[in-house]
Amino acid sequence: MSVSIPIGPQHPALKEPVNLTVTLDGEKIVDIDMRLGYNHRGIEKGSESRNYIQNIYLTERICGICNVAHTTTFCQGVEELLGLEVPKRGLFIRTLLCELNRIHSHLLWLGVAGHEIGFDTLFMYSWRDREIVMDLIEIVSGNRVNIAINAIGGVRRDVSDDMRAQILQGISQLEARSQYYLDVASTEVTFLRRTEGVGKLPKEKAIELCAVGPFARASGVEYDVRKDDPFAAYPYLDFKVITSDRCDVLGTAIVRALEIVESCKMCRQIIEELPAGEIKAKAPRKVPPGEVVSKTEAPRGELIHYIRSNGTDRPERLKVRAPTLANIPSVLYSLRGGYIADIPIVFAAIDPCMACMDRVILLDTDHGKTKRVMTWEELRQHGMEWYADRKG
Amino acid sequence: MFPEIWKHLFKKRATVLYPFERLNVPKDLRGKPILDEQKCSLKCKGACAIDCPAKAIVMEKVEEKGSRPVFLLDRCTFCGQCSESCPFGAIKLSEEFELAQYDRKSLVSKQW
Repeated sequence: MSVSIPIGPQHPALKEPVNLTVTLDGEKIVDIDMRLGYNHRGIEKGSESRNYIQNIYLTERICGICNVAHTTTFCQGVEELLGLEVPKRGLFIRTLLCELNRIHSHLLWLGVAGHEIGFDTLFMYSWRDREIVMDLIEIVSGNRVNIAINAIGGVRRDVSDDMRAQILQGISQLEARSQYYLDVASTEVTFLRRTEGVGKLPKEKAIELCAVGPFARASGVEYDVRKDDPFAAYPYLDFKVITSDRCDVLGTAIVRALEIVESCKMCRQIIEELPAGEIKAKAPRKVPPGEVVSKTEAPRGELIHYIRSNGTDRPERLKVRAPTLANIPSVLYSLRGGYIADIPIVFAAIDPCMACMDRVILLDTDHGKTKRVMTWEELRQHGMEWYADRKG
Repeated sequence: MFPEIWKHLFKKRATVLYPFERLNVPKDLRGKPILDEQKCSLKCKGACAIDCPAKAIVMEKVEEKGSRPVFLLDRCTFCGQCSESCPFGAIKLSEEFELAQYDRKSLVSKQW
C-alpha cells in the first residue's frame, strides 16, 4: 500500500522552500512530484519599470550566490543590443570575478552537502575556507555579496597591483585547501557511504531530461558554456572541462572539487595576463529596439537571459531561465527508487537555488485548486475595499 | 584525527571582540554616501536620484537655485551607482558602515 507524504515547503532538511509530494512504499520512493513558486518575487515584472542601469542591481539580487553570473548575462545582453565592444581589461576583470564567485559557490555547496548528510565538521571547515574567497572578493569589489562589479560596457572598479599580489596569495591558499577537500570527497568513509551509488542518473537520461551544469557533467555529459559558446574572456584562457563517469552524488562532489582547482588556475592565469587599458566603454542610455538571448555558465549551470528592448531606456521584457529549473526533471528521476532518507542529499546535489528559479507560478483553474483569478484592476479594487474595511 | 586536535590546541582565537576590537576594512569599502556641496551643481535635475536602484535619494529644493540630494540610508544598498551617475563627481562612498539607529527618521542623511 503506498502512502503519499508532503515534504516542505518548510522543512529543516531543505535549505529553500519547495514542496515535494512523495509516494512511498515502506521506505522506498515510488513516485515524487514537485511544486514550485514559493520564492516568486515578481522580478521580471519589476524590471519593466526600471531603467537598464537600475536593472543591473535588480538582476543581481535574483540570487546571492551566483550574483556575478546574473549581472554578467544581463550586461552582455544589453551590450549586444547596443553593439558595444567591451575593452579587454574589462572582460578579464569580469571573468576574474566570475571565477572567484564560482569558487565561493562550490565551497558553499561542499559545506551544505556536508550539512545535509550530517557531517557538520566538513561544513565548518569549508565555510572557513570560503572566508578567504570572500575577503578577496571584498578587496576587489568593495562588498562580499552582491558585488555590483559589472556595468553596461565593462566593469566599474579596477584591479590595482597590490590587489593582484593579495589575490595570488589567497589563491595559493585555496589551491592547497581544495586539494584537501578532494581527498575528503574521495577517501573519507563517512562521506562515501552516504553519497556513493545514491541518486543515480545515467548519461542518456541526463541528455534526454536536459540536465545542465556540474550535475550533468557528473553523468558524463560534456557541456560547459565556457567551452562551447565562450563569453567574456574565456576564449583567451586554457582550462579543462571536468566530467566524471560516476553518475551519482559522489560524482557531483568530485566534479565540483576539481572545478575549484581549475578555477584557481584560471584566476592565476587571468591575474598574470591582465592586459592594460580601459575598463569600461561609454554606453548610451537608450537601447535601440531588438531582442537578444544571452547565455553564461553560472556556478550551477547554464543561465539564460532574454531581453527585448523597444528604443526607450527601459526594457520591454526580461526573461530569466535559471539552471536549477533545467535540473528539476533530472533530480526527480534520480530520486525515484531511492530511499526517503536520501532526499536531502540528492536534492542538494543539483545545488538548488530556488531564488534563481522561481520566475513562474502555475495556476490550475481546471482542477479546482485555484479559487479565483483576478485581473490587475480587480486586485486593486479588492485591496482598497479590504483596507477600508479594516480601518472602519 | 590526532594531528588535527594537536594543531587546533595552539591556534589563535578567531573571534574578534567587536566592538572593543575593530576589524580593518579594506580600502574602498562601499559605505555611507557623502555629498560634496561645492561640486553639486544643483541644476542637473537629479541624475543620482534617477539612477538609484532602491529609490533612496530624494531631491530637495534649495531656494530658487535648484535641488540637492538627500539620502535615505534605510533604503540605500550602497551600490555606488549615484557616485557614477553624478556628472560632477559630487558623491563619494565613504568607509563608514556602522550606521544602525533606533529610529528610522535618524537615517535620513541630509548633508547640507
